[in-house]
Amino acid sequence: MAERNRIYRIGTGAGFAADRLDPAVDLARRGKLDVMVLECLGERTVAFAHRDRLADPRRGYNHLLDRRMRALLPVCRASGTTVITNMGAANPRAAAERTREIARDLGISGLKIACIEGDDVSGLLSADQPFMDEPGTIASIDRKIVGMNAYLGADAIVPALDAGADVVIGGRLADPSMYLAPLMRHFRWKDSDALAAGTLVGHLMECGMQITGGYFADPGIKDVPDLAQCGYPIAEVSADGSAVITKLPETGGFVTEATVKEQLLYEVHDPKKYLTPDVTADFSRVEIKDHGNDRVQVSNAAGQTRPDHLKVTIGFDAGVLAEAGISYAGPSAGSRGRLAAEIIESRLKDTHGLKSVIRIDLIGARSLFATAGKVNIDSEDVRLHVATRTTNREDAELLLWEVEALLCCGPAGGGGFRGVITPAIMTKSVLIDRTIVHPTFEIFET
Amino acid sequence: MTQPGRNERILVRDIAHARAGDKGNTSNVNIWVYDPADFALLKRILTVERIKREFPQLMRGTVTRYEIEHLHGLNFVMQDALEGGVNASLNLDSHGKSWSYLLLGLELED
Repeated sequence: MAERNRIYRIGTGAGFAADRLDPAVDLARRGKLDVMVLECLGERTVAFAHRDRLADPRRGYNHLLDRRMRALLPVCRASGTTVITNMGAANPRAAAERTREIARDLGISGLKIACIEGDDVSGLLSADQPFMDEPGTIASIDRKIVGMNAYLGADAIVPALDAGADVVIGGRLADPSMYLAPLMRHFRWKDSDALAAGTLVGHLMECGMQITGGYFADPGIKDVPDLAQCGYPIAEVSADGSAVITKLPETGGFVTEATVKEQLLYEVHDPKKYLTPDVTADFSRVEIKDHGNDRVQVSNAAGQTRPDHLKVTIGFDAGVLAEAGISYAGPSAGSRGRLAAEIIESRLKDTHGLKSVIRIDLIGARSLFATAGKVNIDSEDVRLHVATRTTNREDAELLLWEVEALLCCGPAGGGGFRGVITPAIMTKSVLIDRTIVHPTFEIFET
Repeated sequence: MTQPGRNERILVRDIAHARAGDKGNTSNVNIWVYDPADFALLKRILTVERIKREFPQLMRGTVTRYEIEHLHGLNFVMQDALEGGVNASLNLDSHGKSWSYLLLGLELED
């Protein structure tokens, strides 16, 4: 069988910015992988990365990059596994340079690290560009813009692989594109159905353990074995575009028809039109076959032409997020917590005249589902949680002060005050004509 | 055979499993029945109108339901249902990850 027709093995080494590391090392060591992908960037984490880069121009990449690279580079080098990641976040160049330093420290010579740039499209967008899902244009953002990143596709990654990169580091590389790129190269896929098949693999794999039993357990209803030692997924991809999703033996979790289904439409809107930079994928006719023993086969994704535009995430300064809390327990905890909430609302709005939106939750009674109208009034262990986002630092500090003051001035038995103020970045999405976005790559060699 | 208790509520959770995701200020929840025989029931009781009626403050935007007939699943796409989205919402769960349990917690009746 020709080399390019053999089954290609891709593993996930991270499915989000703070994902576990030790199971990735285990997978790299035992998985016989061609490629390991570490997907570490979301709408939330790209905003944080811009915040970090503003504070220090040498930062702005994934805060766990050092630890991940130190642990994975030697193992991946030994197994001949290529690493592809978007851990570069808001600063891929700094991430690639840092990775080269780490590789040198570890005594790894001849390692080719490709840095992909060109996702930063600030300067390429006009102020009258409208937002994607809401009224307004870029011009209506009245705060400092900290970053504009276009989602780059597989076409930005393949040239770096062609150049022999052992490690590919980018910023806003689209999640499934990091999986599709090596598959396109290996199988020489070009037609839309094949690109959709590779995109399906990437989509299922990109959230790591969300397909191997993570984010699935509900005790007594959906029990999952040994979640503490859950394994990352492996995709065994065939030339016809079908793939078996599986995991290493002797790891926790499981792969079943149900885990695959939940991931199939995770963050998907119209199942017939899943838009990526590479293809318009149709997942509505996907076939799922559970072969048992943690082996589930997927096939039958279909594709149409890729979109003419790329999605861009714009991050801008939103001041600070202030959060503070205090707890009440025992009989009448709920009513004491509600009284505390009334006091805080009166103090912040009436006494101090705060203008920013203030959210007051009572954890244990009404918090996550408060807006949905669901309230549990029987709890004997509640926590007042007060939050605001403001561009006025003094207002933020005042919020913490007033919640702490409840220790002496509030209802009986309140304890456990904590307060924190963190810089806030907000994001909007726009589209950009892809013909004006020009991704580039540069190799850093040890 | 155990009889259901008088106060026992039969929830969507008893016949289906679900996962929520977010993009911007839009939430989606995909939901799948364990037993294909229950799919007709799920489609009947979990309608766009029901969801808007149960959570009027949260579901103020357009709600769309997609059906994956051969896999026995539904996908609800709820616009403007994340209180601004992950970087704007003041909800502790700014992703709306828990929205799956809003639907799973509904009673199995219209």
